[in-house]
Amino acid sequence: MQSKQWELKLYVAGKTPKSMTALKNLKKYCDEYLAGQYKIEIIDLLKTPQLAEGDQIFAVPTLVRKVPVPMRKIIGDLSNEEKVLVGLNLVPVKTAL
Amino acid sequence: MASKKVPENKRMPKTPTGINGLDEITEGGLPKGRPTLICGDAGSGKTLFSIEFIVKGATDYNEPGVFLAFEEKKEELAVNVASLGFDLNKLIAEKKIKIDHIQIDRSEIEETGEYDLDGLFIRLGYAIDSIGAKRVVLDTIENLFSGLTNHGILRAELRRLFSWLKDKGVTAIITGEKGEGKLTRQALEEYVSDCVILLDHRIENQISTRRLRIIKYRGSVHGTNEYPFLIDEDGISVLPITSLHLSNEVSNQRVSSGIASLDEMLGGKGFFKGSSILVSGSAGSGKTSIAAHFADASCNRNESCLFFAFEESPAQIIRNMKSINVDLQKHLKKGLLKFYASRPTMYGLEMHLVVFYKLIKEFKPKVVILDPITNLVTVGDPSQVKSILIRLIDFLQKEQITVMFTALTFPHFLQTSVDEDVASLVDTWLSVHDIEYNGERNRAIYIMKSRGMKNSNQVREFLITDNGIEIVEVTLGPAGVLVGSAREAYKLEKNTGEALRKNAFDRKNKQIESRKTILDAKVAKLKSEFELVKDELNRIYIEEELRNEVAEKNRKQLMKMREKKVENINKNK
Repeated sequence: MQSKQWELKLYVAGKTPKSMTALKNLKKYCDEYLAGQYKIEIIDLLKTPQLAEGDQIFAVPTLVRKVPVPMRKIIGDLSNEEKVLVGLNLVPVKTAL
Repeated sequence: MASKKVPENKRMPKTPTGINGLDEITEGGLPKGRPTLICGDAGSGKTLFSIEFIVKGATDYNEPGVFLAFEEKKEELAVNVASLGFDLNKLIAEKKIKIDHIQIDRSEIEETGEYDLDGLFIRLGYAIDSIGAKRVVLDTIENLFSGLTNHGILRAELRRLFSWLKDKGVTAIITGEKGEGKLTRQALEEYVSDCVILLDHRIENQISTRRLRIIKYRGSVHGTNEYPFLIDEDGISVLPITSLHLSNEVSNQRVSSGIASLDEMLGGKGFFKGSSILVSGSAGSGKTSIAAHFADASCNRNESCLFFAFEESPAQIIRNMKSINVDLQKHLKKGLLKFYASRPTMYGLEMHLVVFYKLIKEFKPKVVILDPITNLVTVGDPSQVKSILIRLIDFLQKEQITVMFTALTFPHFLQTSVDEDVASLVDTWLSVHDIEYNGERNRAIYIMKSRGMKNSNQVREFLITDNGIEIVEVTLGPAGVLVGSAREAYKLEKNTGEALRKNAFDRKNKQIESRKTILDAKVAKLKSEFELVKDELNRIYIEEELRNEVAEKNRKQLMKMREKKVENINKNK
């Protein structure tokens, strides 16, 4: 798992406080646990609304982990670190370290 | 409804749903530019209802629509509604409809912290803008509640969503599953307050009936009853319970019953057009035969006829009627006659009415026959049947369709069965009875009532012969009306008497004839005698005359001679 590249997408709708918080939180976790192995793509639905359908986005902000499979989604500003880590399946990795 | 009509421009603008009958109940459709809540149990037809709203909008009203599905995928939806004749894929390709499926998979979603449903708004907004939608359906938005745990956020967001929909100016349908003690599980009715429609699917006596009720419709009059509705291959049909006004137009035109002698009993012309006729009688008394005659007569006039059969299959009726020389097959072939056979237990009563209504609207017959209505009692009690029939008669009268019901009367039990209930509603009531007498059963017909026409008060015997129904002239014997073999016997007896009388008469005639001959001969003899006498007298008279003449001549001669003598004497002097 560690060797794999993580592809994360963060769906937001404009630069709202919630999305800014989510992005800040996400960067923090990634730097901590996935340093150098991740790629974050920020998709602003206000600019590209047609992309919402593909990943089944209905709430913002939503974090989508496409790779590695299975796909996971985390809705919200990602303020709860533990939940994000569980959601991204990062916790077992942490214990392994 | 109200006698005062609200002026057009002050009335609430409405969006027609295109669903059969619903727009009549709501007086125009759903509130335009506002959300409407449709709630009901699972399987009550919410999705179908809303998809028909979208499809009809796209096809009939040129209003594109967005269907936001939370439950079914696009492909599933398309397959599900294909059976109703809706081609979703085509409409999608034509950009008249957009279906967006929102999948909420609890297992792959984690929530943490604050969020909002802007994603949904954006998706919906994008879908609306991409095809210029005027109609939106959210089916079923409550799925959000099972997928997301933070209901506080959801509620706030839904409130925002509904007001956003209003701002967008789209007419929206939001569906919701019925909850316990509430209209919807998540009390969506708190947010959608303009129009709420409840769909219901009830089972009584193992027969299911779908019903629809408008619980509220702010700022508009609407029907408040429960209306049965039907889902079939043409989508949803709601049955508006017909107007309660008794202001139907009436016709003075008459239609033949198909039995000449029966027409005669009905003032010589038959039934009124657009009237209702009840034929009641015991089993095997010939009700269906009378109905078949009526159908035949209607088709012969080139007026279409719709025959609802609840007892026999069409093939059976056709075969049976052929045996009495009523050929229904040819009318069937020409398309003038249409059978609709169904077991009464197939649907509930209300549903039957919806089916009648729908078929009649489709086929537009001039004559409708229901044979027999008593079988409907098996799926409802008589009072229900009566209410159904009131509505049916009302509807048919409005359409100027003549209707004939047949009803089975039971000789010993259930004396006050449907027919008497219905009897007060119908215009003409023919009663067919069995008369059991002298070891045989005979059929008798009489007119119990017939509004607005002179009708015979006589009980007539009627025969079902190889040439159809014949109503026999009344035979009055010394002991009253005679039927069957008694009538035949009386006829024979009468014939014998007549023969005897004729014989006697003939003999008298002969006597008179011979008497006349004798007298004539006598007269001739006397005449010739008289002629002789006359001759004789004449002869005497002529002779006398001649003699007189000759005498005169002689006298004159004598006179002349004497004068000459005197002259000669004088000369000689």
